[in-house]
Amino acid sequence: MIDWMFHLPAIIVVIPLLSAIIVALLPSRIGWVCASISSGLSFWAAIALTAHMLDAGSLKRMSYFLGGWPPPWGIEFSVDHATTLVILVITGLGFVSTLSSNMLLFNDIHKDDRSRFFAAWLLTLGGLLGLVMTADAFNLFVFFEISSLASVTLVAMGSGRDKRALVAAFNYLVIGAIGATFYVIGVGFCYAMTGTLNMLDMANRLPLVTDLVPVYIGLAFMVSGVMVKAAVFPVHFWLPPSYGFAPMAVTSLLAAIATKAALYVLIRIMMTIFGGFPDMPLMIMQWVFIPLALMAILLGTVLAIYEKDAKMMLAQSSVAQIGYIVLGFGVATLAGVQSGFIHIANHAMIKGGMFIGLGGMAIAVAGKTRMTSLAGLGRRMPITSTGFLICGLSLIGVPLTAGFISKFYLVSAIIAAGYWQIAAIVLLSSALSVIYLWRLVETLWFAPSDQMETRLPEQAMIYIPLWILAIANIWFGINAGMITGLAKMAATSLFGGMS
Amino acid sequence: MKNNPILRVVTKTLFAPIILYGLYVQFHGDFGPGGGFQAGVIIAAAFILYGMVFSLEELKQLAPPRIVHALMAMGALIYTGVGVASFLLGAEFLNYDVLAKYPAKGQHYGILIVEFGVGLTVASTILGLFMAFAGFDIPKNKKPPKRSPSVKPNASVKKRS
Repeated sequence: MIDWMFHLPAIIVVIPLLSAIIVALLPSRIGWVCASISSGLSFWAAIALTAHMLDAGSLKRMSYFLGGWPPPWGIEFSVDHATTLVILVITGLGFVSTLSSNMLLFNDIHKDDRSRFFAAWLLTLGGLLGLVMTADAFNLFVFFEISSLASVTLVAMGSGRDKRALVAAFNYLVIGAIGATFYVIGVGFCYAMTGTLNMLDMANRLPLVTDLVPVYIGLAFMVSGVMVKAAVFPVHFWLPPSYGFAPMAVTSLLAAIATKAALYVLIRIMMTIFGGFPDMPLMIMQWVFIPLALMAILLGTVLAIYEKDAKMMLAQSSVAQIGYIVLGFGVATLAGVQSGFIHIANHAMIKGGMFIGLGGMAIAVAGKTRMTSLAGLGRRMPITSTGFLICGLSLIGVPLTAGFISKFYLVSAIIAAGYWQIAAIVLLSSALSVIYLWRLVETLWFAPSDQMETRLPEQAMIYIPLWILAIANIWFGINAGMITGLAKMAATSLFGGMS
Repeated sequence: MKNNPILRVVTKTLFAPIILYGLYVQFHGDFGPGGGFQAGVIIAAAFILYGMVFSLEELKQLAPPRIVHALMAMGALIYTGVGVASFLLGAEFLNYDVLAKYPAKGQHYGILIVEFGVGLTVASTILGLFMAFAGFDIPKNKKPPKRSPSVKPNASVKKRS
């Protein structure tokens, strides 16, 4: 008899990867159905894993040896509470955006290419899940490559509507490859000094070699490489064009989950691999992460205000939101890291919902996302636009929405750590984000439209996933205990080390 | 290159030995230098040679693109299939010990099948890349560049006369 619980860490990653191959071989008609089933299955497996971990208590850790080779020789999949939270977010949002993807594709992608499209889609999902699950520093690089090559393909498929998607995808490819190379150089330095690739083993050996310079170089390379992948401020410039020109369905997937996995890897490097290091990681978090995050927040928000394209505006706002997550991590207290994890979950729900809603409205006007072409659509598509608005309110952090919870925890963590000025900047940028959301609301509801004021047909397969996310935003805004509890356990398990 | 008899004869003579050598590298890979990646590239090289000497059309008859595309996925499917098989036999993902009666035998079978999958995917991917680049049509509706008046042959002829 197969012990499913024991195999769960591998199953969650294998389902999307295996079904990606199968989908590529099947006819295009059933590509979407297969992709939905497989992402649904991995979401279900992730729920089972979370339930299992919650039963086991707060310092529980699951470990799975691929191929039966124990670490440090073999590749290990390791699950603790930080992993389960991110896995749950990735599979959940992956499932919801897969549901909406078929309708959102509109005519971006030719009917006969759909099977290959969904193969790349599932590879992205599987790559990101493996990225979060693995406890092997080099294997992590392999999953980085799987997910980013697949997502570059997805972005490039936007070239059917706008040829600039090709340039955006090429930039994403080159910059992403540079990031991955930096990461692997860093791993190389650490491997040379410790002789191991397993993260836990490395964490145990690194404190013994604190006087060796290559370790510090390795840390710098690893952190800067992962920061490129996570689109943290100075190296974020690949993100707005590739989200802006990708097909709508792809944007909703990537915006919800792609950078989240990289952010998780960032905190994993700082707190697990270099967890036993005296002060260097703490210094990096406070003196590098916090200033960069603040710049990301301000710059992303201001650029979003001046953006003329609604999709580009949301992409710029993603840069700012990633800033909030990094800021939470940078505070480096238990509450700070907790707020980072809360915002990972909430931002995934917010941005996933907003891009699905925007896509639903854009396909009614032939896929255009410029502000002028969206005028009046709020009145003409009430179901979709209301769901979009709820996610938008959550984005700026109105009370009773999930966004408020993340802002609340973030600001209280910052104040508890004694950074009053930073809390003021966060509140200021929150206020600024009202401006760009208001521009959207004004365009959608109050701007005069040159077309007839008839109601437009709304697709059920778009507004149902959208409303799932909108209701989740309200639900987790009122009943926040679940996400904050999971995030607290995640932060605790990171601080407790992984031993 | 199709009309050059030396190239034609040499290609036809070398085609089978190259593939044979590829298969040797493939199946010798578990206890010597070699393996799926190298073997896949060698086998693809035989087909690419054929395509370069004869034509892309003839290569496409020999290896239809649809089959090449399917083989790319099939190779990966074989690899993952071994992993799932060891799942179902009750061991960890990709643990070859359970594939046969004795663990050492199981490891042997496992690595052979997995490397076969790798070889299949690498060979068909390289071949697919070659076909995609060789078959890339340059748009033909572009107008030829205009000649500048100074290099018109007629003008110089007139001057001389």
